[in-house]
Amino acid sequence: MNAHSEHGSHGAHDAAHTGSLKDYLIGFVLAVILTAVPFWLVMGKRVDSSSIAAAVILGFAGVQTVVHMVYFLHMNTKSEGGWTLLALLFTTMLLVITLSGSIWVMYHMNHNMMPASMHGMHGMHDMRNMP
Amino acid sequence: MMCCASKMFALTGWPAMSDLSAHPVSEPRFYSTREHHPENGTLLGFWLYLMSDCLIFACLFAVYAVLGRNYADGPAGAQIFDLSTVAVNTSLLLLSSITYGFAMLHMQRGRSRLTLLWLGVTGLLGAGFIFFELREFAHLFAEGAGPQRSAFLSSFFALVGTHGLHVTFGIVWLVTLMVQIRKHGLIAENQRRLMCLSMFWHFLDVVWIGVFSVVYLMGVLS
Repeated sequence: MNAHSEHGSHGAHDAAHTGSLKDYLIGFVLAVILTAVPFWLVMGKRVDSSSIAAAVILGFAGVQTVVHMVYFLHMNTKSEGGWTLLALLFTTMLLVITLSGSIWVMYHMNHNMMPASMHGMHGMHDMRNMP
Repeated sequence: MMCCASKMFALTGWPAMSDLSAHPVSEPRFYSTREHHPENGTLLGFWLYLMSDCLIFACLFAVYAVLGRNYADGPAGAQIFDLSTVAVNTSLLLLSSITYGFAMLHMQRGRSRLTLLWLGVTGLLGAGFIFFELREFAHLFAEGAGPQRSAFLSSFFALVGTHGLHVTFGIVWLVTLMVQIRKHGLIAENQRRLMCLSMFWHFLDVVWIGVFSVVYLMGVLS
């Protein structure tokens, strides 16, 4: 029983970390498409609005990351009893907190630390009119 | 088997684990009799290392996101980035990902010569990536756009340079493993090492997706 289950989990090990030729080819084709489209958009100047272009680039990057994770890194819910996925989810959470937190805080700080002249002239006028 | 496992799940509320489903449902069991550490922890451990590495890159990306528009009257991304070089670099890294995959497939079948061949191709593609990146850096330095020029360029060189350094060490590791395989063949230890490097190499390609999207493509937009 013990020997049998150990053998079974070793098989799962191998399957979890090396995919099939089909996996690699599907992943590669998807990755090429997902890379080519944003490059084509930017290099060919296909989108006028830069905020829409940025959203499209980030969207494609997100999808391509998932494609690489699934087809190249062979992520699934079963490898190592789910621990790799759990670690990945935890890391993703920290990543989101780090990135969004930094951008959020620093945006407001930049805004508040701007020289008075750039806030509009109201502040300056009040200062000058003071006794 | 599956039916039995799901019944256990419904009865006890425990997740349907393989060792539980192997037993007939004679009595409800609320604990596992086996310890739950994997037989070979190396791959899981290496994955955890990659996740910590991911946090290093998360910090560098956050720094770039905060400082990436502080040009200090220096050049902006749109003026200094050459997207065709970045496209070539991206293709090289993506190709090296799939050639490493081919090496792994040959490793599974125990063909050491073909494994070595594809590892060699992967190494050359990685070296090409480093070559173009260093050429880009040299070009930026020559234009006076080194890391000391502005906060934008400091954070750019920190992020892209750290990734390039990772690729460089990946190549060193790859060459080391090629020597090991030539010397000892595809023994279990070498297979394990190749799997770790496989994760490392594909992980670097994932980080590069973030770099070319956030730094180069979005940098050229504004």
